[in-house]
Amino acid sequence: MEKGTFETKVGLAEMLKGGVIMDVTNADQAKIAEDAGAVAVMALERIPADIRQAGGVARMSDPAMIQEIQKEVSIPVMAKCRIGHFVEAQILQELKIDFIDESEVLTPADEVNHIDKHAFRAPFVCGCRNLGEALRRIGEGAAMIRTKGEPGTGNIVEAVRHMRQVMGEIRRLSALPADELMAFAKELAAPYELVRKTAELGKLPVPNFAAGGVATPADAALMMQLGAESVFVGSGIFRSQDPARRAKAIVQAVTHYNDPRVLLEVSIGLGEAMAGLEIKDIPQEAQMQYRGW
Amino acid sequence: MATRIGILALQGDFARHAAVLRRLGAEAVEIRDSGQLDDCRGLILPGGESTTLAKLMNRYRFYEPLREFARRRPVMGTCAGAILAAGRIDDPRVEPLALIDIAVRRNAYGRQVDSFITEVAAPCLGEPPAFRAIFIRAPKIVACGPQTETLITFEDEPIMVRQGPVLVLTFHPELTSDSRIHRLFLNMVENQA
Repeated sequence: MEKGTFETKVGLAEMLKGGVIMDVTNADQAKIAEDAGAVAVMALERIPADIRQAGGVARMSDPAMIQEIQKEVSIPVMAKCRIGHFVEAQILQELKIDFIDESEVLTPADEVNHIDKHAFRAPFVCGCRNLGEALRRIGEGAAMIRTKGEPGTGNIVEAVRHMRQVMGEIRRLSALPADELMAFAKELAAPYELVRKTAELGKLPVPNFAAGGVATPADAALMMQLGAESVFVGSGIFRSQDPARRAKAIVQAVTHYNDPRVLLEVSIGLGEAMAGLEIKDIPQEAQMQYRGW
Repeated sequence: MATRIGILALQGDFARHAAVLRRLGAEAVEIRDSGQLDDCRGLILPGGESTTLAKLMNRYRFYEPLREFARRRPVMGTCAGAILAAGRIDDPRVEPLALIDIAVRRNAYGRQVDSFITEVAAPCLGEPPAFRAIFIRAPKIVACGPQTETLITFEDEPIMVRQGPVLVLTFHPELTSDSRIHRLFLNMVENQA
């Protein structure tokens, strides 16, 4: 019997397709998310918008709060560890977390190396800004990729940039003859075998989700139409006026992402979205997307 | 003309099922509105999150049309799809469709770190005798009614069960390159008058 293999890890990512993964900070929010139809929750002490506001070092959450959330819901529970902090990841695996997010939302623990994710039985999701970064993370064992976007801003512009970048590079790659793949791999600084596989499939070899700045049903559907296979919503739900209603609307928008009739219907009267931030007002060194490589 | 099979596409790995069906020469249609069911000769309820699927099925009024569909035409449910098709579910969060007389327990093998792949004996599929079964946070079939027929077992427990035109399994054939279970389902559809 095989357990914790790359195939079982990617298998769970496949099951989460066409769904919404919501950030929650306590059992009550987790219940709201599950009732709204979330496919999974991301358990963390503070949503990205609050982490951004609070400053200081952001670390893995207290296992006690994660356990409370695991007790509350029957859907998969994810949690974040710092980039390169493989001991936080060991602790999360011991907690039987269903997916570990090696996340730029937390303060990196290693500025050179990401975690060797092949060494774990639990699956990992990692962020990326472009195809090279996505394939490096898959090379390290990530079973799911998401855009980084700019977390905690409620501003979709960076997630759009990153998804267009990844999809555009895949389209370019798919048109290349075999003898140009190595040079392209060199340009991307990505493992050759994964470059070849991506060219062959015409898509990433693992599910490709969107994250970082989703605040409305329209944002979620936009990411799906651009090629995302599911959507993470961080601060966008519990920073809004009516989280339960907005959460339900975003779930429906992801299912019917290509149906403007449904998108209109679910967008009506949701109350105020989270306030949001202009990217140019955040100094580059304070932007989370530049953490990791 | 290619046999047209619907795949419930509210959430889950419906695209993987569609790819297998197309490989076998069938036509696969993603179903997001119950009105689309009329033109389909069979239906697949895919893997995904059963709580999410049940909520969306409620919201878009799929329960009655799906029950009506299953009275006349074959349905295959895999993993979450098997949970939804069951007569009884251990969890009140998921309303059963009751298409087949079985009881299921959700996440019965544990969390994701307990997900596994194993070879199971599958004499119902002909040669080769084994099928590589992928279990992801899988449910267990804990009781089967007298009208059901158990086709595949693992550790003496049923993992693939049929009752008339309804076929359910707790693992994921759509994630492997072995398309024999989809072939079996297509045969059920094509033999249905």
